[in-house]
Amino acid sequence: MSHNSPPIIRLRNVVKKFGDVTAVNDISFDVSRGEIFAFLGPNGAGKTTTIRMLTTLAHPTSGTLELDGLDPARQQTEMRRRLGVVFQDPSLDQQLTAWENMDIHGVLYHVPRKERHERAEVLMKQFELYERRNDLVMTFSGGMKRRLEIARGLLHTPRVLFLDEPTLGLDPQSRNAMWAHVKTLNQSEGVTVFLTTHYMDEADRVANRIAVIDHGRIVAIGSSAELKAQTNTDSLEGAFLALTGTTIREEEASSTDRMRMMGRMFGRTGGGR
Amino acid sequence: MKVVFILWLREVKKYLRSKAQIIASLGTPIMYLGVLGFSLGSVFQKAGMGSYLQFMAPGVICMTVLFTSMFSGIAMLWDRQFGFLKETLVAPVPRIEIMLGRTLGGATTAIVQGTIIFVFTLVAGFRPSHWVAVPVAYLVIMLIALVFSALATAIGSTLKEMQGFQLVMNFLVMPLFFLSGALYPLEGLPKPLAVLTRVDPLTYGVDALRGMLIGQSHYPVVTDVAVLVGVAALFLTLGAWRFSRIEV
Repeated sequence: MSHNSPPIIRLRNVVKKFGDVTAVNDISFDVSRGEIFAFLGPNGAGKTTTIRMLTTLAHPTSGTLELDGLDPARQQTEMRRRLGVVFQDPSLDQQLTAWENMDIHGVLYHVPRKERHERAEVLMKQFELYERRNDLVMTFSGGMKRRLEIARGLLHTPRVLFLDEPTLGLDPQSRNAMWAHVKTLNQSEGVTVFLTTHYMDEADRVANRIAVIDHGRIVAIGSSAELKAQTNTDSLEGAFLALTGTTIREEEASSTDRMRMMGRMFGRTGGGR
Repeated sequence: MKVVFILWLREVKKYLRSKAQIIASLGTPIMYLGVLGFSLGSVFQKAGMGSYLQFMAPGVICMTVLFTSMFSGIAMLWDRQFGFLKETLVAPVPRIEIMLGRTLGGATTAIVQGTIIFVFTLVAGFRPSHWVAVPVAYLVIMLIALVFSALATAIGSTLKEMQGFQLVMNFLVMPLFFLSGALYPLEGLPKPLAVLTRVDPLTYGVDALRGMLIGQSHYPVVTDVAVLVGVAALFLTLGAWRFSRIEV
């Protein structure tokens, strides 16, 4: 990780309001190039809203954010080329094969045909999916679908890979395998990883630095050791609870969640989990 | 163009793979053709209108194209809820290309479905009066598919819940079909019904197709085609606008 080059992600006084609700309240931080950065917080703390702003899906109400020196409001397309995004919700086409999902992604990101095919092969081998490349995604397990989404997110060689709760609902074996792959790619390609998770042990193990957000504000930022020292706790989970309290946060089911329920009733699988 | 093509290809591949959907969606038109076509045939004949099968076959082809086109709107709701739409919308490509790929894909599947029903009508005894007119009739079928796939895109971009699509089926798709003159002649209709048939874009599609296939049309075919082209342009614009406003 190089500390003299400018940060790849830079947020300054970013605020995002939805009507009267302030989802993100004046946050500022940097992410260095090549870093694995964990963004933690209870449900509804503002994690997903922040990721949406960093991936050009939403724009801040005030404040500035930059990714690789680009302004999402003016250089949206340029910025999107540099992003790999694995959403919290699955986003594969289940009725297509794994290879077709990769190929469509490559075309959408303007990767030339030869390079697209070579890279799809390399990534699918790395994520142990190549043998199953011609199978429909609907026949895949949750862990395989997740790995495919990550492989797909890396196909266009992004500068930053966003992983929004990528291990939700996966068994420990799949989680371990997934993080091992992500770490390898982080080292071999130098891709910056920006992740969120509810599993503190994962953040502790893979992240170089961790930011904790609560009620739309950054309440702590630093390495796992620094957060533990700051809160006088001996685990990251302890530090997290000390920073964010023990109250349970309720989230209303979104229309997407309700829809997914209906989808299951109709025998259409909602994917991932 | 590559983006439009790959998304078009995706729609076509998915269509070809969903055998159950293909068969299910052929049921309704075949029922109309078989039951109405043969049961009302003698009445129609006695009224001095000729063969009802000849008359309604173009209408049933149009109905198939309408239903299949509108179905691509439902497909979009699934894509929205199950995430694939998001994957396309965060890509560094203009939304208009995504919208066109999807819409043209939907239109293509509608044309294929229409063709299958066309073959069924031939098996049932339908005979176009001039075979040379069949390729021209296909231009009309393409226009109808484009009109309603664009409308489906506009609706699919606007609705957020599956329940909404039931409303669309009952209060838009069925009226579009029943008011189009697919099943009855437009001559001598009561005034209110006549007015309603005139604002239904499918009326002009059915009329043009009937004009091409059996040489009977209520309006000049040129008028029908002009209306269809105009409505297609309008709905494509509407669809592109609605699609550009989707938030994911």
